[in-house]
Amino acid sequence: MFGFTSKQLARVGIFLFMIFIGVPLIVGATGRWDFYFTLTSVALLAIASAGVWLTFYIGRINIGQGAFALIGAYVSAILVVKAGWSFWISLPAAGLFAAVVAILIGLPILRLRGVYFAMITLVLTQVVTLTALALPITNGARGISNIPLPSGISVFGIPILPDFAAMENTKLAFYYTACILMIITYAALYRLVNSRLGHLCRSMQQNEELASSIGVNISYIRIVIFAISSFFGGIGGAMFGSIAQSVYPSSFQVADSVNFMLNCFLGGLGYVFGPMLGTLVLYFGWDLLFEFGKYQMLIYSTILIVIIRFLPNGLLSIRFGKGGDK
Amino acid sequence: MSPLLQVKNVTKKYGGLTANNAISFDVAENEILSVIGPNGAGKSTLFKMIASFTPTTSGEVVFQGERISNLKPHIVARKGVVRTFQETTIFKSMTVRESVVVAQHLRAKASLAGYFWGSKTAKEDVTAFERYADELLEFLGMSHIAGEQASNLPQGSLRALGIAIGLATDPKVLLLDEPFAGMNHDETMNMVNLVRSVRDERGVTVMLVEHDMPAVMNISDRIVVLNFGEKVAEGTPSEIQNNEKVIEAYLGSVDDEIGM
Repeated sequence: MFGFTSKQLARVGIFLFMIFIGVPLIVGATGRWDFYFTLTSVALLAIASAGVWLTFYIGRINIGQGAFALIGAYVSAILVVKAGWSFWISLPAAGLFAAVVAILIGLPILRLRGVYFAMITLVLTQVVTLTALALPITNGARGISNIPLPSGISVFGIPILPDFAAMENTKLAFYYTACILMIITYAALYRLVNSRLGHLCRSMQQNEELASSIGVNISYIRIVIFAISSFFGGIGGAMFGSIAQSVYPSSFQVADSVNFMLNCFLGGLGYVFGPMLGTLVLYFGWDLLFEFGKYQMLIYSTILIVIIRFLPNGLLSIRFGKGGDK
Repeated sequence: MSPLLQVKNVTKKYGGLTANNAISFDVAENEILSVIGPNGAGKSTLFKMIASFTPTTSGEVVFQGERISNLKPHIVARKGVVRTFQETTIFKSMTVRESVVVAQHLRAKASLAGYFWGSKTAKEDVTAFERYADELLEFLGMSHIAGEQASNLPQGSLRALGIAIGLATDPKVLLLDEPFAGMNHDETMNMVNLVRSVRDERGVTVMLVEHDMPAVMNISDRIVVLNFGEKVAEGTPSEIQNNEKVIEAYLGSVDDEIGM
């Protein structure tokens, strides 16, 4: 079906079963309701990381995803709070706005390669933070802190999405929403990578000169990819703002941008599902080391260095070997 | 018959250095034309300008009556003038077959969105790409290495892969950058035959930059000789062999060695 082997379908089935039925069962049995919040965060961070992974796929190191997540969070918050839009419409709008900003910024900076591109993107998060502090519409340092929960949507009186404010258990609702978004993101990413656009990205990643000599419009594809990447960032950020019901200039910082990149490295740059695994491991790894107190950072960084030294192709390379597209 | 490609008064200056000075010559359809000259004569610069990888300072390159200099490389490739590179420039982590499939980008009929959703045209494209890739690799005698990763290939096969990638774009003019460099006699003869069959059987006009004189004399219909950025001679291999300026350029080359 859809060109997948039955083994792949089975794997996807198990994965879906785990996140939609397994996790709620485990949480119900253990009573650890805080787990939902953690896993929701992982799912949303994984969406933003998917975008970073995509820019890696055209051979660019992107340390600026925090900027687009912050833009997405603000756009959605402003649309919901000040313009009275439904959250569900503000969500794609936030992604699109982040994509448009990415196109404008990308036009000049995507010409740069390697460390030069990385350094400019590193500054982007700070630029957006400072802009949010300065603009009147973002409320400066006070941020936007009274975002209502997503309201329901109904078409011709038939409810399509429930009203979150009327729910007893918003944690579970947000968990499901984040998981569904994450699955759509990764399905789209998988499809993109395995379609012609993905092949052209690979040709650019390996040799831009040769790619342009076979007629690939490399500057156009770079912009398209960067826009898609930032769209994912904007979606992740907007969803986060809605869950926290607030956005501040410090909601996404340079450290977050660096983490998005690390998620990709850790999971594996050669695998579509690498950033998802990377996000999970990195997020939980940090929390698990909490009891080491002041040594937390030291142990955490040492483990990261060891992993990147001995598994340069990421955690998934243990399972799949070098460089397959899974 | 008007020439397929014309180089008209092309000049390239890098600051105070003139890499190419007012070079003009024509390339006829279906010929094999070699550009030769000592190191630093400006051959590679000339090739880059023809494929629009670098802009000309003045002058123009005309292909089928249309100016192609100072455009973007992918646009020139779309018009049918395609350059190959030396062996280090390949898609390292693709297999030979994948490289040739990707290189058929210009033959695509479906849009990128069509590929994403898996439209009917896109599926037909993919089938056609794969069929043509197999045919092309068969033609180039590379079927046995189709599944090999490019980074594992020996030098000779890499050159052939470069030509396969170039041919996959369906070019009218193929620019080959030192296709015989570093090859022994047998490998060179194989490559000479390959380039000839590309012209004879595929109808592709070939321009090449090369140092290997015996191979150049063997393969070329005509030769253009550059020295210090100037065109010093143009003619058939036998004319060039007896041209005094050419002999001077190569034998009286004490200055060149210092100049390099």
